[in-house]
Amino acid sequence: MRTVNLESQKNGTMSKAKEKSAKKRVVEEDDDQLPIFDKDVTEKKAGEEDDADLSDSEESVFSGLEDSESDSHDEEEDAEEGDDEEDDDDAVILDEILTKSSGVETATEPPATDKNTPTDIRNTVGNIPMEWYQDYPHIGYNLDGKKIFKPIRNKDELDEFLDKMENPDYWRTVHDKTTASDIRLSDEQVDLVHRLQKGQFGDVNFNEYEPSVDFFTNEVMIHPVTNRPQDKRSFIPSLIEKEKVSKLVHAIKMGWIKPRKPKETTPQYYDLWAKEDPNAILGRHKMHVPAPKMRLPGHEESYNPPPEYLLTEEERMAWEQQDAEDRKLPFLPQKHSCLRAVPAFSRFIHERFERCLDLYLCPRQRKMRVNVNPEDLIPKLPKPKDLQPFPTTMSLVYIGHSSLVRSISASPTGQWLVSGSDDCTVRFWEVNTGRCMKTLEVGGAVKSVAWNPNPAVCLVAVCFESTVLLLNPGLGDRLVVSSTDQLITSYEPPEEDKEQAVTWALSEGPEHDNGHRLTLTHPKAVKQVVWHGKGDYLASVMPDNSSNLQVLIHQVSKRRTQNPFRKNKGLVQCVSFHPLRPYFFVATQRYVRVYNLIKQELTKKLMTNCKWISSMAIHPGGDNLICGSYDCRLAWFDLDLSTKPYKMLRHHKKALRGVAYHKHYPLFASGADDGSVIICHGMVYNDLLQNPLIVPVKVLKGHQITHDLGVLDVTFHPTQPWVFSSGADATIRLFT
Amino acid sequence: MGGLQKKKYERGSATNYITRNKARKKLQLSLADFRRLCILKGIYPHEPKHKKKVNKGSTAPRTFYLFKDIRFLLHEPIVRKFREYKVFVRKLRKAYGKAEWTGVERLRDNKPGYKLDHIIKERYPTFIDALRDIDDALSMCFLFSTFARTGKCHVQTITLCRRLTVEWMNYVVTSRSLRKVFLSIKGIYYQAEVLGQLITWLVPYQFAHDHPTDVDYRVMATFTEMYTTLFGFINFRLYQTLNLVYPPKVTQYLDLTCIVFITQQKLSALSASLARVVATAEEEENQLDLFPTEGEDQENMQAREKEQKEQEAQKRLFEGLKFFLNREVPRESLAFILRCFGAEVSWDKSLCIGGTYEVTDETITHQIVDRPDMDKQYINRYYIQPQWVFDSVNAQMRLPVEDYFLGTTLPPHLSPFVEEKDGDYVPPEKLKLMALQRGEKPGKSRDEEEEDEEEEEEDDEEEDDVDDEELTEEKNLKKMEGTRAQGKTLAVKVTPGKVKPWETGSVGNKVRLEQEEKAEEKRLAIMMMKKKEKYLYDKIMFGKKRTTREVSSLRCAPAKPTSQSPDLNLILRCCGRT
Repeated sequence: MRTVNLESQKNGTMSKAKEKSAKKRVVEEDDDQLPIFDKDVTEKKAGEEDDADLSDSEESVFSGLEDSESDSHDEEEDAEEGDDEEDDDDAVILDEILTKSSGVETATEPPATDKNTPTDIRNTVGNIPMEWYQDYPHIGYNLDGKKIFKPIRNKDELDEFLDKMENPDYWRTVHDKTTASDIRLSDEQVDLVHRLQKGQFGDVNFNEYEPSVDFFTNEVMIHPVTNRPQDKRSFIPSLIEKEKVSKLVHAIKMGWIKPRKPKETTPQYYDLWAKEDPNAILGRHKMHVPAPKMRLPGHEESYNPPPEYLLTEEERMAWEQQDAEDRKLPFLPQKHSCLRAVPAFSRFIHERFERCLDLYLCPRQRKMRVNVNPEDLIPKLPKPKDLQPFPTTMSLVYIGHSSLVRSISASPTGQWLVSGSDDCTVRFWEVNTGRCMKTLEVGGAVKSVAWNPNPAVCLVAVCFESTVLLLNPGLGDRLVVSSTDQLITSYEPPEEDKEQAVTWALSEGPEHDNGHRLTLTHPKAVKQVVWHGKGDYLASVMPDNSSNLQVLIHQVSKRRTQNPFRKNKGLVQCVSFHPLRPYFFVATQRYVRVYNLIKQELTKKLMTNCKWISSMAIHPGGDNLICGSYDCRLAWFDLDLSTKPYKMLRHHKKALRGVAYHKHYPLFASGADDGSVIICHGMVYNDLLQNPLIVPVKVLKGHQITHDLGVLDVTFHPTQPWVFSSGADATIRLFT
Repeated sequence: MGGLQKKKYERGSATNYITRNKARKKLQLSLADFRRLCILKGIYPHEPKHKKKVNKGSTAPRTFYLFKDIRFLLHEPIVRKFREYKVFVRKLRKAYGKAEWTGVERLRDNKPGYKLDHIIKERYPTFIDALRDIDDALSMCFLFSTFARTGKCHVQTITLCRRLTVEWMNYVVTSRSLRKVFLSIKGIYYQAEVLGQLITWLVPYQFAHDHPTDVDYRVMATFTEMYTTLFGFINFRLYQTLNLVYPPKVTQYLDLTCIVFITQQKLSALSASLARVVATAEEEENQLDLFPTEGEDQENMQAREKEQKEQEAQKRLFEGLKFFLNREVPRESLAFILRCFGAEVSWDKSLCIGGTYEVTDETITHQIVDRPDMDKQYINRYYIQPQWVFDSVNAQMRLPVEDYFLGTTLPPHLSPFVEEKDGDYVPPEKLKLMALQRGEKPGKSRDEEEEDEEEEEEDDEEEDDVDDEELTEEKNLKKMEGTRAQGKTLAVKVTPGKVKPWETGSVGNKVRLEQEEKAEEKRLAIMMMKKKEKYLYDKIMFGKKRTTREVSSLRCAPAKPTSQSPDLNLILRCCGRT
């Protein structure tokens, strides 16, 4: 078939060509040309149709050739110079022509006459870069082998310009590099350029849309293409096939091959749990934690919620600024007036997807939530009512100081109170009335005051700057006052005068009248003074981290001073005497050291677990100790038990400033910067096996907080269950 | 002495867990296949107690599975199917590449598939187990049934989901097991009680979804694959309990009207009555066997009987009513709900097939309308907004229709799922509703609530008069808030210690004094708490405080500008200025 078709096709073309040629013969009578190439034919045709003049058409053919040649030349040159410029150059040339043409076409119509018929000068040098001829007078060789000479004078820009202005054919003039001559393009050539620019075929008469002619005909021919006789196998049945078929037939007969089952599209359901056995649960499923159900929606999710569930502007803003995880509600509650107005929820698919992720990605855990009743957590303590007496109400306020009251001390009889303040005064108060009995001006802010605990002596130690002053206030029993004065005056200086760390000076004149008795001038600023229980010894603290001279112990009756420590063990905060035994307690920033004064050795070092100790008090029994610290803690030590605190109390919100034990009652108090005094019941049993019982019984409030300072010092009344507190608000208060 | 040194991480918890990557390697599956397997088999990661120990000393974040779980997966026949499928894909690709079309066809015909029946049986050994876990399956199937055929999932899946959901709804209608409905901004929540299990599901509103790009539809499709299988079996069983044939006739109907859109399918299915069976089922339920009982049991019995009666009453909530749904209301959900409670429903014929009577029917009692006004109204029927149906169902009684008339502002729609405990905030509408349910006459509204509030405020003031020792914990909190509002200076204050004659005088003061003492005692005891217990106590109290604060904020909220009319606001402001 195929061959047949081909032949017929060939015949077809042949016949066509013949027809054409016949036609040509008729018209042109050009007999010896065989029209094999369609192109020629058409060209010829073009020539025929172009009936202006024949010579012109011929020339056009030539010049077209020339053109192509020159173009290729150009290309070659460019290729040498640089491949990338190639396209650009071509474009430039075309552009040039275009601009020229457009520029002039509007001005003047190109003349149709052809005056110059140039002689045929064709360069035979071939496809070479024309630069090679730069240094020669000629530019190549013509067909006869004669040199083609360059024009004598090159055109300069002026000539070019003049040419541009004067020559009406300038726009269609092209410079030919191979002959170094200007060529005026003919109309046809210009036309050709235009057509090429438009992307059309170069030939005017070429029809791109000729009706297609099938290569093969669909008609069946009578005759075979080949005359070969048929094979024998084409009419003998195939044995192999027969075998295969018989096999299939056999298989079908035997039921081995079945027709393909129709595919099940719908899933089949049946009673899956028909024989369910609840005991047949796999081991794995015993541990299985079923997924928690989705949370059920609340009122706020309603399309028409009660107005209180809607967010206000601020809440809405806050909601928008929160991270998606932090939001309490994952959506904004909205109110719609009717069901019709409810839009689609944009995050519906998201939420479902998140649920899916939760189901297969989240670890599941059974959390045992113990439902603790908070009341059960509160420890059962004895009722404060049963632990009375203790101070409960504020009864008196001692007003008179103008600045914070640093220190207070009660007289051993409990009738008088002394207070030292930052306004450089020491005041003596009558406890029961709140009357200020006496005011003494001293030379600096009073850091500490201490009433001599010996009831037979009426002496008050006051420290300010680097001085410790021993005063005789002259209050109370006249006998005691006079005996105290006697005691001081009866001192006889020893024969050999020893060098002492402080200078003892007896006061005289007006100072004596004011009550000053002895002045101890220390080398450094003194922070604290403490009496020994017997009232003869006095310890003063000069906190200084750099020397061993921090604590001094003075004996008043002998006007003697000694420095008990050879070594500096840290910044000393406060010191205290043991009430019964010759022990001495020194509190540095973090530790309390207990020294035996007789054996002159360290007996104990108590770890307070505090950052900075502020105050310390010893139980009158001597076996217990409390430490207040600036980090809001109060540590109770049982000295027999351990060097670690028996109990840490964190009752205060701010730094503790003062702690105190009561002499007789099982009470202790702590004052802190939060302006409160907390009274605790601290029972110490004689039975060594029973631990002390500590119960907070009262929080006393009253002091105003000034400059972030509240209560500065607390002290108990020596006989009554009363507590005094001095505060930064320049008052002293008595709670009974 | 002697003996081999024990190697670390070779026994104990390190061997009980396996990381995800290791599990994957052990199963020789790709991550996607592993994920599918985990979804289908219901395997989830576990959080070990000592992560570092399990992680062999490293603290890198890893997902751990129980080693037993993975070993359990090793025997799963589906894993082999996954591998077969992988091979199938490879072969198919090759055949395509070689342009062997007959080969492609052959391969296609023999495409390996798998069934999940055994997995369902294994995951849910009993029917009740399966029923308990059906919430997610329902929500998912309802979501998928609303998808358009946009290529997010297989069309077969969508049609299957549609079919199953229609069957489910039909079951709920027939068994009359719907209990609660809720119109939320997300969609419509339904709660049904099926065989004693409360089942809640969410159906989105009928809108086209704009599919998010950050959602992995393959995961969802895997879940749906599992859920549809589960759902089908459950439906079968449920239909069996009703003595119905599964798949029901509905399905055939559904198949016939395949061309029609989804809602219409469902609706037409819903309007097809299954009345014959309903009657028998109800008769059975009505009879409650009486057993000889004593004492407490009898009380229980009575309570149960009462409950039963209430439920029966709820099932017949809309019985005898004839509804007509207007064009603009969500037909499907309303038809479903109304039919669940025994009403007759119809809609305009031009909208959808299945409408049984016309608007002009004189016997219609209620017409559900969701537009501000209607031109032509019949005098012998109520024109009500759809919320009435939902609220009535939740209230288990026919609410008065006045609040829901055409064009009136609707009362708030409350969630029926909220069960208020002591101390929780109860919206006034709920109180009103509860009163209505008890049989009291409506008449009090928000005013009543306000009175209550005023009383409380008075209480507060009284407390302010006393010093800062509180009576109860809750009041303590209130007080704290009050003082916070007033300023911090009030917080620290001690009353002067004078003996007040009135304190000892009257009985009330004595009581108060005692209470104060107790509060003080408690505070002091709290101070003595151990650190650990204090922490726990503080946490509990913080939670309590937060809830009370929320409640109080809700209580104060009705004065929000949104609820007030602008005029009133203006007036108030003017008053404030003068």
